[in-house]
Amino acid sequence: MFATAYAIPDVLVFAAAALCILGGALGVIAMKNPVHSALSLILCLLGVAVAFLEQNADFLAAVEVIVYAGAIVVLFLFVIMFLGVDTSKHPHVEPLVGQRWLAALGVVVTVAGVITLMVNSHWVSGVMSTSTGGTALATGADNVTQLGDSVFTTYLLAFEATAGLLIIAVVGAVLLARRERTADVDEIEVTDIEIEVGEDEGQWWIINQESSEEVES
Amino acid sequence: MSHLAPLILVLPLVGFMLVLVNGRSLSNRLVGLIATSVVGLSFVASCASFVLLLHDRSREVTVNLFTWISVDTLHVPAAILIDPLSITMCLFVTGISTLIHWYSTAYMEGEKDFRKFFLYLNLFVFSMLTLVLANNLVLTFVGWEGVGVCSYWLVSFYFDRESAASAGKKAFIYNRIGDIGLLLAMFLLFVHTHTLTYLEIFSSTSLLSPTIATLVVLALLLAATGKSAQIPLFNWLPDAMEGPTPVSALIHAATMVTAGVYLLVRMSPVLALSSSGRLTIAVIGGVTAFVAATIATAQKDIKKVLAFSTVSQIGYMVLAVGVGAYGAALFLMVSHAFFKALLFLGSGSVIHSLGGEQDMRKMGALAKWLPLTFPTFLIGWLTISGVPPFAGFWSKGDVLTNVFAHNKVLWALGVVTAILTAYYMTRLFVLTFRGTERFREVTHQHDPHESPLAMTAPLLILAALSVLGGLLDLPWAHGFSLTHFLAPTFGYVAPLGAQSTGLQTGLALVDVAAAVIGLFAAFSIWRSTVESPTFEKPFFEHVWHWDDAYDTVLGRPLEHLAQVSNDVVENRVIDAAVEGLAGSVQRSGEGIRKLQAGMVRQYALAMVLGVTVVVVYLVGRVG
Amino acid sequence: MTIPASWFLVLAALLFGVGAFGVLTRRSALIMFMCIELMLNAVNLTFVTFARTLSDIGGQTTVFFIMVVAAAEVTVGLGIVVAVFRRRESTSVDDLSELQG
Repeated sequence: MFATAYAIPDVLVFAAAALCILGGALGVIAMKNPVHSALSLILCLLGVAVAFLEQNADFLAAVEVIVYAGAIVVLFLFVIMFLGVDTSKHPHVEPLVGQRWLAALGVVVTVAGVITLMVNSHWVSGVMSTSTGGTALATGADNVTQLGDSVFTTYLLAFEATAGLLIIAVVGAVLLARRERTADVDEIEVTDIEIEVGEDEGQWWIINQESSEEVES
Repeated sequence: MSHLAPLILVLPLVGFMLVLVNGRSLSNRLVGLIATSVVGLSFVASCASFVLLLHDRSREVTVNLFTWISVDTLHVPAAILIDPLSITMCLFVTGISTLIHWYSTAYMEGEKDFRKFFLYLNLFVFSMLTLVLANNLVLTFVGWEGVGVCSYWLVSFYFDRESAASAGKKAFIYNRIGDIGLLLAMFLLFVHTHTLTYLEIFSSTSLLSPTIATLVVLALLLAATGKSAQIPLFNWLPDAMEGPTPVSALIHAATMVTAGVYLLVRMSPVLALSSSGRLTIAVIGGVTAFVAATIATAQKDIKKVLAFSTVSQIGYMVLAVGVGAYGAALFLMVSHAFFKALLFLGSGSVIHSLGGEQDMRKMGALAKWLPLTFPTFLIGWLTISGVPPFAGFWSKGDVLTNVFAHNKVLWALGVVTAILTAYYMTRLFVLTFRGTERFREVTHQHDPHESPLAMTAPLLILAALSVLGGLLDLPWAHGFSLTHFLAPTFGYVAPLGAQSTGLQTGLALVDVAAAVIGLFAAFSIWRSTVESPTFEKPFFEHVWHWDDAYDTVLGRPLEHLAQVSNDVVENRVIDAAVEGLAGSVQRSGEGIRKLQAGMVRQYALAMVLGVTVVVVYLVGRVG
Repeated sequence: MTIPASWFLVLAALLFGVGAFGVLTRRSALIMFMCIELMLNAVNLTFVTFARTLSDIGGQTTVFFIMVVAAAEVTVGLGIVVAVFRRRESTSVDDLSELQG
C-alpha cells in the first residue's frame, strides 16, 4: 500500500473529497429533477472546498462555500423555483443524431490526452513563478494575508476591474429580469372601419380607421 | 514652302472644325461657302507650292510638323513630303474637290443633313491630303483609313435606306481587308529596313532580298486592290453608288480610288526589285479592266455603268504601273479625274432634272432639255472613248503604248477593253440623251429642267480640262511633260525609248480604230431599242456572279460559323462556365449553410471536437 | 508527504470532462449552466494545485478572480435565462434555433 509513502489522513481526506466531487458531478449530469441537480452541485462544490483546504488555500475554501455553494447555487435554486422548471420529460431521447456518442468520444479523448500530456511533462506546467521565488505557501491566517497582499498590490487592477464587472452584472441582471410594463389601453371608439376582403387567400385589412382616442403605449 | 505646305493640309481640317463647332448656328449657304472656300484655298496653296517646287533644285522638300512616334528604333515623324508626285496629286485632288464642293452646294440643297455632308466631305479631303502628302507609311496609313471611314459615312449617307447602309458597310469591310496588305507591307519593310519613311526606305532598298521585295509588293497590291477596287476586291464600288452623286464623283472616281495607284507609284523603288510582283500587278490590272468593261455593257443604272467604268479605267492605271510606266499611269489618273468627275456630275445633273431617276430605260432624248449638261457630257463621252484630240485619247494611248513594249497579250486585252469602253459609253450616251422620250411617267408629265449655275459651272470647267488635258503629256513634248516632271520620284522607268515614231503612230491608229468600232456598234444597236439584245448575257449584268461566289464561299460559311459559335460556344461553353461557377458557389454555400442548425449544443460539440483534435495532435507530437 | 499534485490534476481533469459532457448532453438551460460551473471549478482546482506546486500565490489570486467572474456570469446568465424562458414554456435550448442558416 502506498500509505507508507503518504500520510493516511491526507489520503483519506483526498479520497473523501474526490468522492464528493465526482459523485456530485455525475449527479449533476444524471439527475432528472433540476433541484436534485442543484443539490448534487452543492455536494461537488463542498468537495472542491475540501480539496482547497488540503492545499493550503484556506480563504478560497471559505469563499467557495460561501459564494459558490451559498450564493450561486442558491441563485440557481431561486430561478428553478421561479420558473417552475419541471423534471425533464424525455431524458433518454436525444434529438441530435450522434450527439451523445460524439460528445463522449470527444470528452474522453480530450481528458485522456490532457492527462497524457501532463504525465509527459512531469506534472509541471512549465511556467516558473517569478513572484514568490520559491518560498512556501503560507497556511492558516497567513494564507489570507498572503492572498490579500497579492490581490491588493500585484493584481490591484484586476481587482478594481472585477469590482466594475460586478456592478455591471447587477445592473444587467436587473434590466434583464424586468417585467415589461403593460400598456394602459383606453377605450378606442371606432367610428368608421372599412374592411375590404382581399382576393389572396382570404386576407382582410382595414382601409380606413378613425379613432377618437389615442392608445398609450 | 515650309509654311505653305502645312496650310494645304490644314485648311480642310479648319473647315471641318468650323462647321462642326458652329454648324447649327450657320445657315446652309454659309456652311457650303465655308466648306468650298477652304478647299479652294487649299488648291491655291497647292498651286503656290507647285510654283515654289519648280524653283527648288532638289525637287524634294520635307516639312516636319511634329514628332509623332519615337520609341526605341521606331521613329515616325508627322511630316509632309513635297515632291513632284505629291504635289501633282494635291493639285488635282484639291482642284476637283473644290469643283465638287461647289456642285454639291446646289445638288444637296434641301437635304436635311446638308451640314453633315459638308463635314464629311471636308474631313475626306483632309484625309486624302494626309495620305498624299505624308512622308512615311504610317501617316499615309492614317490618311488611308481616314478616307475609308469618310467613304463609309458618305456612302451610307441616306442611312435609313437598307441598301445604302449595307453598301457603306460593304465598302468599309472590303477596304479593311485590303488594309491588311498595307500593314503587312509596313511590318515587312520595318523589319528589314528599320525605317518607315519613304526617302529612307528608298535609299535602303539594297537591304531587301527579292523574296521579301516580292512579298512587300504583293502586300501593297492587296491594299491597292481594296482601296482602288480591283480584282478580287472590286465589288464594293458599284454598291457604293448608293451615296449621293457628288460623293461618287469625288471619292469613287477622282480621289479615293486612285489612292491605291498612288501607293504603288510611291513605292516604285521597291517595285523595281521584284519583277514577278510587277507582273502580278499588271495582270490584275489588265484582267480587271476587261472584266469591268464587260459588266458595264449590261448595266441599266447610269451610275453603275460609270462605276464599272471607273473600275476598268483604274485597271488600266494598275496595268501601267505593273509594266513600269508610272508616268503614263499618273497621266491617265489625272485625265481620268477630269473626265470621270465630269461624267458623274453630268449624270448627277441628269438625275437631278428627272427628280431622282437613275434607270436609263426611263431616260432618253434629254438633249434638248439640258442645253448645258448635254454638250459637256458629250465631251466627257468622247474623251473616255478615246477619241482624239481629247485627253482620253492621249492618256489611254500613252498607257497602251507602254504596255505594248512589255507584254503583247496584255496590250491586246487593253485594246479589246478600249473597244468595250467606247461601246458601253456610247450606249449610255444614246440611251440618256438621244432616242425617244421615255421619262414622262417619271417626271409626271413635267419637262425636265436644266440645273442651276453652281452645278453647270463645274461641268463647264471640267469639260474644258478634258479637252485641254492632253497637253499635259504629249508624246513629242519631252521637256514639258508630266512624265518628265515626275521622273525623279520613280524608281525604275521601263525601257521605252526605243520605240520608233512609226510604231507609235501605228498604235495610235489602233486606238482610234478601237474607239470608232465601239462607237458605231453601240449606235447601231441602241439607237432603236431599249431592252437588252439577245447576245447580251445576264452573266455580265450580274457582275459575273462575283458577289454570289463570295457569298457562297465566304459569306454563308462565316455566318454558319457565327451561328454555331453563338449556339454552342456562347451558350454552352461560356455561359455554362460562368453560370456553372456561380451555381457551384451557390450550391456549396447552401450545403455549408446546413451546418448552422441554430443548436447551441451542436456548436459546443464542434468546439469540443476541435479541442480534441488539438489535444490529439499535441499528444502525437510530444508523447 | 502531501498528496502529490498529479492526483489533484487528474481529478480536476475528470471533473472537467464530466462537466463538458454535461454541457453537450443536457438540454435544459439551467443544467447546462450548472455543468459550466463544474468546469469552472475544475479549473479552480487546477490553479490551486499549481499554486501549491509552484509556490506562487498568483494561482490562488486567479481562483479568486475566477470566482468573482463566475458569480457575475451566473447572475447575468440566469437573468437572460429568465427573460428568455418567461415567454416560452420549456427550458430546452433546442427550441432556441432561430439563428439557423
